[in-house]
Amino acid sequence: MNEIKETAPRRGVPIWAQIIVWTLLVALLVLVAVGLNRAQQGQVQKGDKINQLTLTLFSGYEYNGANQVKLSDLSGKVVVVNFWASWCKPCEQEAADLEKAWELYKGDGKVVFIGVDYVDTEPEARAYLKKFGITFSNGPDLGTKISQMFRIKGVPETYFIDQNGVLQYVQIGPFTSVADIQSIIDPLLK
Amino acid sequence: MEFKLSNKNLRITFFVLLAIALAFFIASQIYRPALAQNPTPTDDEVNRIAHQLYCPVCENTPLDVCPTEACRQWRDLIRQQLSQGWTEDQIKQYFIDQYGVRVVGEPPATGLNWLIYVLPPLIILAGAFILFRALRAWTKSSKASAATGSEIEAPKDEYVARLEEELKKRK
Repeated sequence: MNEIKETAPRRGVPIWAQIIVWTLLVALLVLVAVGLNRAQQGQVQKGDKINQLTLTLFSGYEYNGANQVKLSDLSGKVVVVNFWASWCKPCEQEAADLEKAWELYKGDGKVVFIGVDYVDTEPEARAYLKKFGITFSNGPDLGTKISQMFRIKGVPETYFIDQNGVLQYVQIGPFTSVADIQSIIDPLLK
Repeated sequence: MEFKLSNKNLRITFFVLLAIALAFFIASQIYRPALAQNPTPTDDEVNRIAHQLYCPVCENTPLDVCPTEACRQWRDLIRQQLSQGWTEDQIKQYFIDQYGVRVVGEPPATGLNWLIYVLPPLIILAGAFILFRALRAWTKSSKASAATGSEIEAPKDEYVARLEEELKKRK
């Protein structure tokens, strides 16, 4: 027993240092896990509540005279959110049909169309809007915040949100006719 | 008729000349000739900035070598901004505001991005500290074992001798 007492005590890493290192390690793992989980979530799903959407609009494409539109202000209306870009050729296929559909619904005020211009330059975006005669509200996706919120995979993509702010339908790729758009909006109005 | 330059006449002349000079100055400000605009930036100048930015819609492709139509538009935008006298930082900030931080090769050191800059040096320092302690512990233990080596060997020899003696007895 005496021999054991005489030997020098083994010096390890202090307990406070161990706590700090393990805490940092766990925090880092949690961050990575949250990031991976978010990356794997994919697009927003049908039935998800879309809470926050604020879009700054191009001048000339305002919503009721305001240069900003918020989804929370559109409660009670069906909202059609269309992601597009001037460099996107498939977007051109549906641009005219979207405008025709907007012309059909804009009269009664129960449906709102919002165009979100994804990573684009303003002159080209304006030229695109002019070329296809788009008149509904449009604005740039500043900082790609809105597209990140919807976790879009590409353009064009169109999201249909009901009167309660719940996502009801997602169209990946372009529409091929006005009837296609109507077939999604009309059931939401009933 | 004699004309004498009195103090009064001098004063009037002075004010008339002053008024003419002032009129010329104002006219020159109003009808300023068109100055040369900033010269059109060269491809090299545009690409120097484009190289530091990444295509927002492609995977890991710097803007200067990106072949898409969208990238061409963005390079034109950089050229336009340079010709308007924008600085490199202003252009980068514009791209961050418009397309998010992913367009820059080096994320700005804000929010959680700080971790990217702080963690690697901290981990390297912690690793160096652990390595230093481990090396010191190994050096100490090897010195200690060298010092006590003869003491350890003595009983071992005694044991071996006894073992050999026992074996001899059994033969």
